[in-house]
Amino acid sequence: MPRAMNVVPNRGSRLLLALLPFLLIALIYVVGSAQRRADNPDDKLLPPVSEMVATSKRLATEPDRRSGDYVLWSDTAASLQRLALGLGISAIIGLTLGLAIGLLPIAGAGFGTLVAVLSMIPPMAVLPVLFIVFGLGELSKVVLIIIGVTPTLVRDLSLEVQNMPREQLIKAQTLGASTWQVAIRVVLPQIMPRLIQGLRLMIGPAFLFLISAEAIASDVGLGYRIFLVRRYLSMDVILPYVVWITLLAYVFDYALVWFGRRVFPWAYAQGSR
Amino acid sequence: MSTLSFRNVWVEYGNQVVLERINLEIASGTFLSIVGPSGAGKSTFLRLILGQEKPSQGAVLLDGQPFPAEPGPDRGIVFQRYSVFPHLTVLGNVLLGYELAASPFTARLFGSARKDAVEKSRALIEAVGLGSHADKYPSALSGGMQQRLAIAQALAKQPRVLLLDEPFGALDPGTRAQMHALIKPLWHEHKTTIVMVTHDIKEAFGLATRLIALDRPRKDPQAPERFGARITYDLDLTRDSAVPVLGFIRASVHVAQ
Repeated sequence: MPRAMNVVPNRGSRLLLALLPFLLIALIYVVGSAQRRADNPDDKLLPPVSEMVATSKRLATEPDRRSGDYVLWSDTAASLQRLALGLGISAIIGLTLGLAIGLLPIAGAGFGTLVAVLSMIPPMAVLPVLFIVFGLGELSKVVLIIIGVTPTLVRDLSLEVQNMPREQLIKAQTLGASTWQVAIRVVLPQIMPRLIQGLRLMIGPAFLFLISAEAIASDVGLGYRIFLVRRYLSMDVILPYVVWITLLAYVFDYALVWFGRRVFPWAYAQGSR
Repeated sequence: MSTLSFRNVWVEYGNQVVLERINLEIASGTFLSIVGPSGAGKSTFLRLILGQEKPSQGAVLLDGQPFPAEPGPDRGIVFQRYSVFPHLTVLGNVLLGYELAASPFTARLFGSARKDAVEKSRALIEAVGLGSHADKYPSALSGGMQQRLAIAQALAKQPRVLLLDEPFGALDPGTRAQMHALIKPLWHEHKTTIVMVTHDIKEAFGLATRLIALDRPRKDPQAPERFGARITYDLDLTRDSAVPVLGFIRASVHVAQ
């Protein structure tokens, strides 16, 4: 009998083991939902799956009576646009600042401490300031994501630059590279995989900031919808939305991994740094 | 092809003296080996030529001229590790030298300029025996192959001085012998001055035309860092007869006889 740590499941059983907890949770939910319905036919807390499917279908395929929008899709589009803008701008700032701080001692001395201090500001605490300064429109939501995500990216990327072997930077200089050339041809490509990794980790926080901002002041968006229907205890809307948001986040994560492996194959090769 | 001169060079960090009174003329086309125990300032010596470090006193001159205190394309280097860029293929690594020189802003070449550079790069890659691996990333290469690539990459700039910092130290003996067989013809062909730091005495004698040993001749047990390392041996390896001694050491050897 081998030790438990040496028992490796094969492909089939691996899939089965991965699915098992999901099936278990689904089963518990279905049983619990049926139980509550049996006790109280008006129960709203655990709506049966059939009801949630019907509601989702209505939200996705029938235009809203008041606005004429397909609610699920307009919410998704609005939220994704904010998320993409927020993460995209954060990535650009993170790369630029991170590279500068990591590579240039002058920039490190000038900005390093500032970024370290700024990253300690709880983004939610400055949300009111954002609403006051940028208004209740799209800008304040995007800026909240940027404020929440960028400092972490900057710090992570500047550390990554500083952890690069000194030999590489010296070698580049002996090949005649200027500071700018070192930055764009040696450092930038080598921190891109790290950026992908950083973005993967920041998807969760980005959604957190997005949904918080939408919950407080918005008229469309996934977070707005959840907090709107909360007043009517509409678990049949909330739960599918939560599942949908989770699915979106998971797909992003997967897409980033796929993209990284495709575009930076050297970073994922065995035996590389 | 260039001469290197050390004129009364001292390197000190506070109270710690690393190198003291280094006087050395390295003739153009020399293959110089530097040996010595750990902590005798071999790497410091190399960093002085590289421009990574400034002498506290004295001057290091390249062809009689002082050079800026930062690495530059006239002084190439091959380190023991991390000499090649992991994000570029073998071809990309060698090509980079040409691209950096030709295009200051994008550092990339296009069209016929790129074609020429690729051709030159391929010739160099062929010369170090990596012809069939041109499209691989360094992570797919063995340690010896990575060092071959690093040499090709450095030669692309046709440096006046090529510095080798324990270049074969991490390789197994078989691969090391292959690298020795590779470096000597390359040195003849490209006619650079080579300065190599090594721990392998056999390698130092086998490859070089001149060998210097760095050591601390004076030791104060109370303050081991009070006295720095000097050149304790300076040997001319080009003659077939018994190894003659160059420089200031000759006098003291005569006295000993």
